[in-house]
Amino acid sequence: MNSPHSSRHRRVGDSPLVKWLLISIAVATAVALLIVPLIVIFFEALGAGWGTLADNLSDQYTLHAIGLTLFVAALTVPLNLIFGTALAWLVTRFRFPGRKLLITLIDIPFAVSPVVAGLLYLLLYGRNGWVGSWLTDYDMQLMFSWPGIVMVTVFVTCPFVARELIPLMQQQGSEEEEAGVVLGASGWRIFRTITLPNIKWALIYGVVLTNARAVGEFGAVSVVSGNIRGQTNTLPLHVELLYQDYNIVGAFASASLLAGIAVFTLAVKGFVEWRQTRTLNRLQTEEAA
Amino acid sequence: MTITVDGINKRFGKFQALNNVSLDIPEGKLTALLGPSGSGKTTLLRIIAGLESADSGRVSFSGKDVTKLHVRDRNIGFVFQHYALFRHMTVAQNIAFGLDSLPRKQRPSKADIQKRVGELLEMIQLPHLANRFPAQLSGGQKQRVALARSIATRPKILLLDEPFGALDAKVRKDLRRWLRNLHDEFHFTSIFVTHDQEEALELSDQVVVMSQGNVEQVNEPTELYARPDSRFVFDFLGQVNVLSGEVKHSRLTQGSAWVTIPGIEHQGNAQLYLRPHEVRLATAPAAHANLPLRIEAVSLIGSEVRVELRPEGWESEGSDNIWEVGISHAEFNQQRPTRGDLRYAVPEVGHLFTGKDTQPVTVNWDEADLSPRIRLIN
Repeated sequence: MNSPHSSRHRRVGDSPLVKWLLISIAVATAVALLIVPLIVIFFEALGAGWGTLADNLSDQYTLHAIGLTLFVAALTVPLNLIFGTALAWLVTRFRFPGRKLLITLIDIPFAVSPVVAGLLYLLLYGRNGWVGSWLTDYDMQLMFSWPGIVMVTVFVTCPFVARELIPLMQQQGSEEEEAGVVLGASGWRIFRTITLPNIKWALIYGVVLTNARAVGEFGAVSVVSGNIRGQTNTLPLHVELLYQDYNIVGAFASASLLAGIAVFTLAVKGFVEWRQTRTLNRLQTEEAA
Repeated sequence: MTITVDGINKRFGKFQALNNVSLDIPEGKLTALLGPSGSGKTTLLRIIAGLESADSGRVSFSGKDVTKLHVRDRNIGFVFQHYALFRHMTVAQNIAFGLDSLPRKQRPSKADIQKRVGELLEMIQLPHLANRFPAQLSGGQKQRVALARSIATRPKILLLDEPFGALDAKVRKDLRRWLRNLHDEFHFTSIFVTHDQEEALELSDQVVVMSQGNVEQVNEPTELYARPDSRFVFDFLGQVNVLSGEVKHSRLTQGSAWVTIPGIEHQGNAQLYLRPHEVRLATAPAAHANLPLRIEAVSLIGSEVRVELRPEGWESEGSDNIWEVGISHAEFNQQRPTRGDLRYAVPEVGHLFTGKDTQPVTVNWDEADLSPRIRLIN
């Protein structure tokens, strides 16, 4: 009679009206803003059949854009993997003045609009920029070529790995590493056998997010690339060029590739999260048993 | 191996964690670093281990200066409060870690490592859990694995940071006994940090009492309890009842309470410290003391009956304003003290701190009215 489940003791927000209202709003929003556009992309891309899609994708400029995008991602991801891990290690394992400031600074790429970031790089490293004019004397051009694209992409994606690692490493503390060093292990051995296994899944998650963003970055890249077809055009820029050329089908074909990468990213992310929960659950049930 | 700590200073920002600390830890003995939180005991242990570096001062093992030696090369065993087991390794892999980390030339063969791990698992009585992961173990099991891991490479020095702090009372008692046996068997030079006086007094050969970055007193447990050097040690080691007042004409007075101090010449502020077993409860004031108290609580659990009393017409020193007196179960059965009863505390032996003195004077009320019980013993 005094059961907490009796109908008299309803929890806050438990009324059926509120519940279904909230659910419908959430579902409607998700369908209208997320699911329908995603379906439309694939629908449009395949509107003229698989053959046309293949033709559009095997166009030489599209192939070049795909190649450049993958090349940029292939450089960006390892750079940020190393940078992010080193940074997370630094701010969670050492105490030094300015540490809090550094943690805040990591977020700058999130706070600054990518276009602004692109412009800053152009000002600094462009032909007439502070560093750029000096580099020009040595015949080095960064802007309007692939190094510039890699630079802004690294900038835009640099928080992802560090942001994933810092809370986890803070929570795990450094006791295990201290235990390792007391037991005589070298720094490399500690990193390989103790730290790395503990942060493995967060690291993979960070890499997946970095990769997704590196492949899809538009704003910053569009400022520094110069949009030279077949030379400095990445896939997102290519989509825009095709669209402006009134090649709607071609634009959607390339867009479907990007969307495909996004869906794949989500799938990997889901899997990683599922792995983590499963390991946790298994440990807990075994502990209880 | 003896451990010598010489003039260690350590600061964290504005906080002076250790203030010119010097210590000698004898070989083969189990030493306790005892103190409240913030007293610097863990910092001192971590500096001895090499996990923390001192701002100034030296640490040496058997006369050899190790201040600049890396933790990795000090060859010590260290046990962490929260075990710090490697969560991605099995129990056996955890224990083998130190042996696996040895430089190639000193590293035993795979088979030898396996054999040694087997021995250690037998020693901690957990051979059936070799392939479990730390998350699957209970707290007591984890701490035993951590101990086995720390001694796998046969270190001469074993350092333990609050080793039983996170365990429940029953497990803690078992593990304490087990650690003592382990220590006696292997003859380490061991130091363990604790804030639990009972644990320190029961387990160790020598106790170092610390407070606010200073060493207050170093002594054997029995001596330490019987002859505390300072008010701090007195307060910190076990329950103590304090009467703080003015001495005039050989009488310490505060409010309605007074105690005659035979042969005292001092006039002015003084504090009388009395342990729960140094006080007797009577239904009327004695000739040498008038300490009226009202009974607040009676606890029968244990080998003695613990009576908590609140001063009546005067105040005790300390935040809770409570006196604690231990009486035997026989006395309890005779007198049947119950909550709300008025009683008079009759001190038999006391420790008097006068003025700003840090050393107490022991007071005996020998010729005063002693209970028959005491007279029999004398």
